[in-house]
Amino acid sequence: MDFGFSEDQDAIRETAARLLDEHATIARAHELLDNNTEGFDRGLWSKLAEGGWLGIGIPEENGGSGMGAVELAVLAEEIGRTLACIPFAQAMYLVAPAVVQHGSDAQKSALLPAIASGEKIVTAALSENGGIAPDVITAKVSGGRIQGVKSPVPDGGNADVALVAALDDTGQPGLYLVDLTGPGVTREALDATDRTRPMARLIFEGGPADPLTGANGAAIKKLVDGAAVLVAFEQIGLAGRAMAVSSDYAKERKAFGRPIGGFQAIKHRLADMFAKIELARSNAFFGAWALACDDARLAEAAACARLTALDACQYAGEETIQIHGGIGITWIANPHLFVRRGWHLKALLGPAAIWRERLIQSLPEGNT
Amino acid sequence: MDFNDTPEEAAFRSKVRAWLNENATLRDGSKTTQDTFMAHNPEQVVQAGKWQKRKAEAGWAGITWPKEYGGMGGTPMQQVVWNQEEGRYRVPPFAHLVGVALVGPTLMVHGTEKQKADILPGLLAGDGIWCQLFSEPAAGSDLAGVRTRAKRDGDTWEITGQKVWTSGAHYSQHGLLLARTNPDVPKHKGMTMFIVDMTDPAIESRPITQISGAESFNEVFIDGLKVSDANRVGAVDGGWRVALTTLMNERLTLSVGRAVGGAKTEELIDLAKRVQLNGRPAIEDGEVRARIADFTARQRGLEFTSYRIMTSLSRGQEPGVEGSIGKLLLGRLRQEMSGFALELMGSSAGIADSTDTESLRWRNEYMTAPGNRVSGGADEIQRNIIAERILGMPVDIRVDKDVPFRDL
Repeated sequence: MDFGFSEDQDAIRETAARLLDEHATIARAHELLDNNTEGFDRGLWSKLAEGGWLGIGIPEENGGSGMGAVELAVLAEEIGRTLACIPFAQAMYLVAPAVVQHGSDAQKSALLPAIASGEKIVTAALSENGGIAPDVITAKVSGGRIQGVKSPVPDGGNADVALVAALDDTGQPGLYLVDLTGPGVTREALDATDRTRPMARLIFEGGPADPLTGANGAAIKKLVDGAAVLVAFEQIGLAGRAMAVSSDYAKERKAFGRPIGGFQAIKHRLADMFAKIELARSNAFFGAWALACDDARLAEAAACARLTALDACQYAGEETIQIHGGIGITWIANPHLFVRRGWHLKALLGPAAIWRERLIQSLPEGNT
Repeated sequence: MDFNDTPEEAAFRSKVRAWLNENATLRDGSKTTQDTFMAHNPEQVVQAGKWQKRKAEAGWAGITWPKEYGGMGGTPMQQVVWNQEEGRYRVPPFAHLVGVALVGPTLMVHGTEKQKADILPGLLAGDGIWCQLFSEPAAGSDLAGVRTRAKRDGDTWEITGQKVWTSGAHYSQHGLLLARTNPDVPKHKGMTMFIVDMTDPAIESRPITQISGAESFNEVFIDGLKVSDANRVGAVDGGWRVALTTLMNERLTLSVGRAVGGAKTEELIDLAKRVQLNGRPAIEDGEVRARIADFTARQRGLEFTSYRIMTSLSRGQEPGVEGSIGKLLLGRLRQEMSGFALELMGSSAGIADSTDTESLRWRNEYMTAPGNRVSGGADEIQRNIIAERILGMPVDIRVDKDVPFRDL
């Protein structure tokens, strides 16, 4: 039984944590929340590219370091913990794996090295009408041209290339690479709940779409499952940071002559945060394991990880505001950053209701 | 990450399995695990004694016990492997748990040489069942509030008082009893631990009927019990230290015990397929599917939490912070799941007739779960422990900390 991180993986965490703690500060997240003209933290993105962190899940022959899902999970948790404002999730959990698994050699060499070097920003456009692919797709590709609307698309305004879910002439779902700087693409900025992570509506009106062969409905589902596991690690990192911020405040803030952390009404909420986070972590481990060894239980593991991480993240964020009392509802204070990022991570792959159904369907007993 | 045994663990597991195959029968794995150490009738007590003796003769009774005390000198991970394997077989309840897992390790640390020589070999061999006489009507979560009084007269102590929630007292031969020996000092500093003879007429055990209908616990009345000073464990007034050793072993036992007790979500799905709700199978109802999905995610989380604990043990480390959440979350989950199962049964839920074993089973689970949330440290105590020991919150104000016990 070895259900934890190895020493090498712990070492990766320490190195990543040092870099992120230095550059991805909460003050930086506040700056971007107030005035996000850059779109994302470009300084941090360059540092990550220089350190080789953007190629962690990309094979060596395509300019990456070819590490596995567990290493990526370690990095994801640190990104969540530090509230880093970067277009990491869609690129690393969805686009890169999709191209690695389904791309032609030409597609791989055109895109993967550019992702690893930080030269190209990529995103995944999987959402429509509140649902997530492959279940909700109305965009269509015919004769290599794409028509349709995708929304919300994280970093849709920042990205150079999008991985878009669309139906082909026979109505089968597939994945297409679309150059967002090319013709037939209109981008409308949306007012994201987390302005540090902007969202856009992408309108496709007949521009070229380059198919990833074999990326069918089942493949899309599996990609989304894998991404859910990695996003769960971001959520756990984020919820853990909210808990740490709340704990620090509860030890400092005094009322009725003692730190508020001495009152059980506060203590027990912090303990509940802890329990929810650790429960989600156990499921996320299950997911990382299933993802790393391509186990048949990935769908179940991903849904369990997603559901418990959504719960942990929302509870930790909301209670962090309450534990801070009056200061917690002010813009300049930190707690709302955790809530906002929590909603961003929820929007990336859809809410609990979707994942509850996916979980039931993933169970052998659940198919009716 | 790897779910598989290390080569050493695998070798140990196959030895365990071979022995169990020859000595016990596999049970039906699809049924709810009975995670109990309670014997519910005299026949079970007899069977438990026989099983313990057989394990002892084959060397499996004290896996983590040092060799000098007749144990195997094995690791906690080997104990986990044993528990997993034994759990697959139809075996009697582990009535000797308190003796083997709590009293034995306590005596190894605090007992005299004579106590160790006299008691430890018999503990493993199943020569008697032990109970833990700690809690009292006014000392539960606040255990150091015990009022049962022990007064010394030369080499003899006379003990009078009342204990409660004593598991298995009515069929135990021996007890480990925490008593107040000095009421003039603060409460933690005036208690002493004793070994007592549960068959002495000065002790009366009365089973308590619980809301599930089961009788697992007792109230125990002690009236003028004479105990030789040779049966004192640890120093006079040093009983709290001894109790902490026992409680630490209790927590360790719980954390390496069977990971996820109670009903499985698969049983809920099976039920939801068979019952009708609003004119169609309940499993087709969106709310039913959502509730079962949430239960499943939580149950899997607890299952994989136990794997994290095992990983720590397998690496030779103490269980980490993850060890503290299982008890807090499991009781609540069992209560919610069984309550939901009863709801699924619609109007027949509250009125199971005696032939309806499914309803009775869910009702029993529902009426047992509240006890899971109280025994071994109530939910509120678990939350305090997490907040204080892991998150570093200030400890609760203890107004009685420096006050002599008699002034409380």
